[in-house]
Amino acid sequence: MTTADIGSPVRKEAPPGAEPLGATRAERLSALAQQHGALVTLVIAVIAASLSFDTFLTGDNLQNMALSSAFLAVVALGMTFVIVTGGIDLSVGSLFALGGVLAAWGSQYGTLVALLLPLAVCGLVGVVNGLLIARSGLAPFIVTLAAMLGARGILLAVTDEGSTTYLVDKDTVFASLGQETLLGLGVPVWITLALFGLGALVLRRTRFGQYVYAVGGNEDAAALMGAPVARTKIAVYTVSGLCAGLAGALNAAWLVSGVTILGSGMELEAISAVVIGGTLLSGGFGFISGSLVGVLLLKVIQNVINQIGSLDSAYQQVVSGAFLAVVVVAQTWLGRRQRVL
Amino acid sequence: MTELTLGRVSADRARLLRLLQEYGVYLGVLVLLLVNIAFTPHFLSGENFRTQAVQVAPVLVVALGMALAIGTEGVDLSVGSVMALSTSLISLYLGYGVWIALLAALLGGIVVGLANGSLVAFVGVQPIVATLALMVAGRGLALVMLPQLKQVNDPDMAALGSGDLLGVPYLVLIAAGLALLVAFVVRRTTFGRQLLAIGDSRPAAQLAGLPVRRVLILVYVLCGALAAFAGVLATARLTASDPTSLGTLMELSAITAVVVGGTPLSGGRVRIGGTVAGAVLIQLLTATLIKHDLPPSWTQIAQAVVIVLAVYAARERGKR
Repeated sequence: MTTADIGSPVRKEAPPGAEPLGATRAERLSALAQQHGALVTLVIAVIAASLSFDTFLTGDNLQNMALSSAFLAVVALGMTFVIVTGGIDLSVGSLFALGGVLAAWGSQYGTLVALLLPLAVCGLVGVVNGLLIARSGLAPFIVTLAAMLGARGILLAVTDEGSTTYLVDKDTVFASLGQETLLGLGVPVWITLALFGLGALVLRRTRFGQYVYAVGGNEDAAALMGAPVARTKIAVYTVSGLCAGLAGALNAAWLVSGVTILGSGMELEAISAVVIGGTLLSGGFGFISGSLVGVLLLKVIQNVINQIGSLDSAYQQVVSGAFLAVVVVAQTWLGRRQRVL
Repeated sequence: MTELTLGRVSADRARLLRLLQEYGVYLGVLVLLLVNIAFTPHFLSGENFRTQAVQVAPVLVVALGMALAIGTEGVDLSVGSVMALSTSLISLYLGYGVWIALLAALLGGIVVGLANGSLVAFVGVQPIVATLALMVAGRGLALVMLPQLKQVNDPDMAALGSGDLLGVPYLVLIAAGLALLVAFVVRRTTFGRQLLAIGDSRPAAQLAGLPVRRVLILVYVLCGALAAFAGVLATARLTASDPTSLGTLMELSAITAVVVGGTPLSGGRVRIGGTVAGAVLIQLLTATLIKHDLPPSWTQIAQAVVIVLAVYAARERGKR
């Protein structure tokens, strides 16, 4: 804010998952479990799934899974920044749908409009969220809950109350963003991977990233150190809005239409993925790669449930919810263990 | 920061602001009523009042439980899913008689509440996250039990949904009775005082020797039971069980009613009268927009703006 900039980058406090010097063995084990638990579970799940279902490790199935993970992953990427600051963004599902509709509508004016329009609108909603949260001190969940409703309202307003579905011309460059494949994987998958690389770099290696950790770790301390708390918060909600809008646009390019009913419940999936990936909901600790693992894990579980034909798709929700509860309990337990020891 | 801004505002303005925060919701209801009486055709008919009141009843019952959770500085996002769970359970157990079905529905809500409460009280998970998990799982469970809409053909349920006593629908009587009961619990019982103390400061309540965990679990159990009961009421009104859509966005409506009614999200204070007025306000606002042929998109945007304004207005009051 206006406090004198100390000039040196903010040093992050040791997060609960980091290994302090002289950590005991139990402490190191629980830190390891917290950081890599999701990855280990993913590997086990993949091995189990490929042993149980012949259809799991086929090219088609893997490609489909990669593609359907890509859109959620981009949303989860933005969510990771928000959650590391200790906040939460419940508006991403609506913004995902809104982004898709705006992109499909804009695609008639060219690829640039199709990409920039959703980014501008969803980014703006993110800025408003951030301003209300950072400058007025309102609770993130209530502000973004209102934004979820408001964004859905805007979506209905631009689609004649949901009755118009804008289509994307299949011959445009924009449609090819969703349709084309490169080295066997869809273009959205590559875009997602690039964004995750960029996101990890920003969170780990830039001053902004360090501010994000500092704000999440202890807001007052961050402010005293001269970190621009309000600006950082506004930035993370903007990033989240941009990510959701972009994911929606890519999804529209893939579906070649702006489907209006998408995205409900997506905020929960994204939050689950981030949490499963090891990021703490209390803020101050987390990693981008974990969120990618979390998304993949959710999608593998989803895929397995779909493969068991007899199971209703509603079981997906039961399993996701139960899984989220287990992960949260495990995280709290692991975190407490490290602090107590 | 708060003291500084307050210091700059003149005393009169501060008092006016406080009055507005305190009683703004009643003023809002009054204004909306007058606007509707003046501009909405057929608004002043008994039929219309009946419709509005019957529609607000389930929302109010959920909001009462939500007010308790928010009073402890928590929140319960699973209420909509609990309603869905309750409607599925009713359909499944109606064959064994209406009381068994009612019991099963309430039990479902209590179990979800126990899970929420245990996660919050014993494990120390943030309420938003704990109830988020149950929100996802609850709706899934409801759909597993009852995959699609089913008509409820039971004379007792139909009577509950559309019957009345001296012209007042049962649903309204029940909701009003529950509101009085919850208001009594908050104001006049030890449990109520303990709940507010925990919302004010959990560590302080702990140090004072209050049974923090037991109270927290009971709060989430009550919240679950009330949401389940609201599911019963909604099922009776619709004479159908629809686990796909019943209670979606209910958490939002309930939180809005509570917050608009002047209960701060920071806990330590519960206003039941305000919550009732808040629920009525949202219902009137929606009805006004619909009756003037404004599309649903406007209703949603308006509700979003009202939520933000209400939270913004409540912001400076902070904790007492």
